[in-house]
Amino acid sequence: MKADIAVIGAGPGGLAAAAAALSCKRQVVLIDDNPGIGGQIWRGIPSIAGYSTMLNHPGLRYLPSARVVAAPAGGQLLLETPNGPIILRYARLIVATGAREFLFPFPGWTLPGVMGAGGLQAMVKSGMCVSGQRVVLAGTGPLLLAAADTLKRAGAEVSLIAEQAQGAALMRFAISLRSFPSKLKQAGHLLWSLRGTPYHPDSYVTSAFGHDRLHGVHVQSGSKPVKIHCDWLGVGYGLKPNTELLLTLGCAIDGDHAEVDDHLRTSVPEIYAAGESTGVGGLDKASLEGQLAGLAAAECAIAALPALIRQRDRHMRFAGLLTRHFALRPEIISQVTDNTIVCRCEDVTHGRLSTFGNWREAKLQTRCGMGPCQGRLCASACESLYGWRNTISRPPLQPAKLATLASATNP
Amino acid sequence: MTVRLLFENQALEVQEGITLAAALAGTGPIGFRYSVSGEPRAAFCGMGTCFECRVTVDGIAHQRACQIIVRDGMEVRREG
Repeated sequence: MKADIAVIGAGPGGLAAAAAALSCKRQVVLIDDNPGIGGQIWRGIPSIAGYSTMLNHPGLRYLPSARVVAAPAGGQLLLETPNGPIILRYARLIVATGAREFLFPFPGWTLPGVMGAGGLQAMVKSGMCVSGQRVVLAGTGPLLLAAADTLKRAGAEVSLIAEQAQGAALMRFAISLRSFPSKLKQAGHLLWSLRGTPYHPDSYVTSAFGHDRLHGVHVQSGSKPVKIHCDWLGVGYGLKPNTELLLTLGCAIDGDHAEVDDHLRTSVPEIYAAGESTGVGGLDKASLEGQLAGLAAAECAIAALPALIRQRDRHMRFAGLLTRHFALRPEIISQVTDNTIVCRCEDVTHGRLSTFGNWREAKLQTRCGMGPCQGRLCASACESLYGWRNTISRPPLQPAKLATLASATNP
Repeated sequence: MTVRLLFENQALEVQEGITLAAALAGTGPIGFRYSVSGEPRAAFCGMGTCFECRVTVDGIAHQRACQIIVRDGMEVRREG
């Protein structure tokens, strides 16, 4: 299969990129590992900003439930799809793989019923019934409010939103929102719809308890420990860009995201990045960057680019606010005990991991980070806990069938 | 509209168009699989990253329940 422009990820960034490239009359292949378009934020919304009609565009091939497994050669991707393996050859590639939640270990976090806050929200958007069930949300950032809103609308009883940031930091964040009227309005809507739901700053989960499933949670709220019985606990400490594909493609990473120029071109000239891949900043930033990357990769409408670049600067400033005001407090990291499992795939505890000096040694001795998720969950926890950085991503990027891997050597 | 699926030989009638993870967790948290040390585990990240929700679907192992839409007659088994 061939594409002028291949787009990985059909969330707001990838959809905008595909639309921009199609408007430049390019042949586009759009790939996503989920069964539907929209990414995590627009998950389950049937008609998304007119994008559903884009799927019928003659210049577009949309591959749902398709995973990128490897990059066997320059300008090529190996995909695993429900209809078998595909080698995709592209002239330009736009990586819009979004972000995942930063999920930090604490005692009890492996019990069924404990999820990421955004994860729980995603499950409700995917059709999970939570009517009448008791939910506690904890962690940090505006995502907690959005998750609480989704859950309440689905009929759940949100007993508490525990925000780890302290009141003063929240106040500073609220004041700085004045320069971002649309975000301020959004926050206003959320707070109005959540009136009556307890929202406690300076509060964090110390442990979850239950037998075979969650029964409740211990929260430190200011100086007071609180015990709450609940059916679901959603905990999320913000988002981290998904960078595995970028690393495999040899794109330079700056901190936790892709290093890009004004046109969102990565260090590999034919590869662009858009959305959370270039730094977490939310829906508006992703949509704008998708458009910018789509036009830049298609090398058309060049006159429109400077205005888009200026708008992007504004979104980057907002992204900076989130990082500053919702920084993780040291108390969050110190809830881990020796018995707390850090690597959920291989059940490796903090007690075992803390005896090693580096990631490689820990991997070789304990299999930490070597299970199906390939460190997607535990690597950021290990970075916070032990200062280990994982900057290597090896193929296959996802567990794949042998037939898929064989097709790469014999295309 | 609903579809019928079998989870560990037990029939479940669930809404069509939803994900398998959403269907299995629809009556409250339950274990989807057992971990390497025998703990029950269920969907955690909800978006295809953590692999905690993996189940065997129609005989094919390691399918992420959060990325599959329910189909009528689907047979689902726990792993581990």
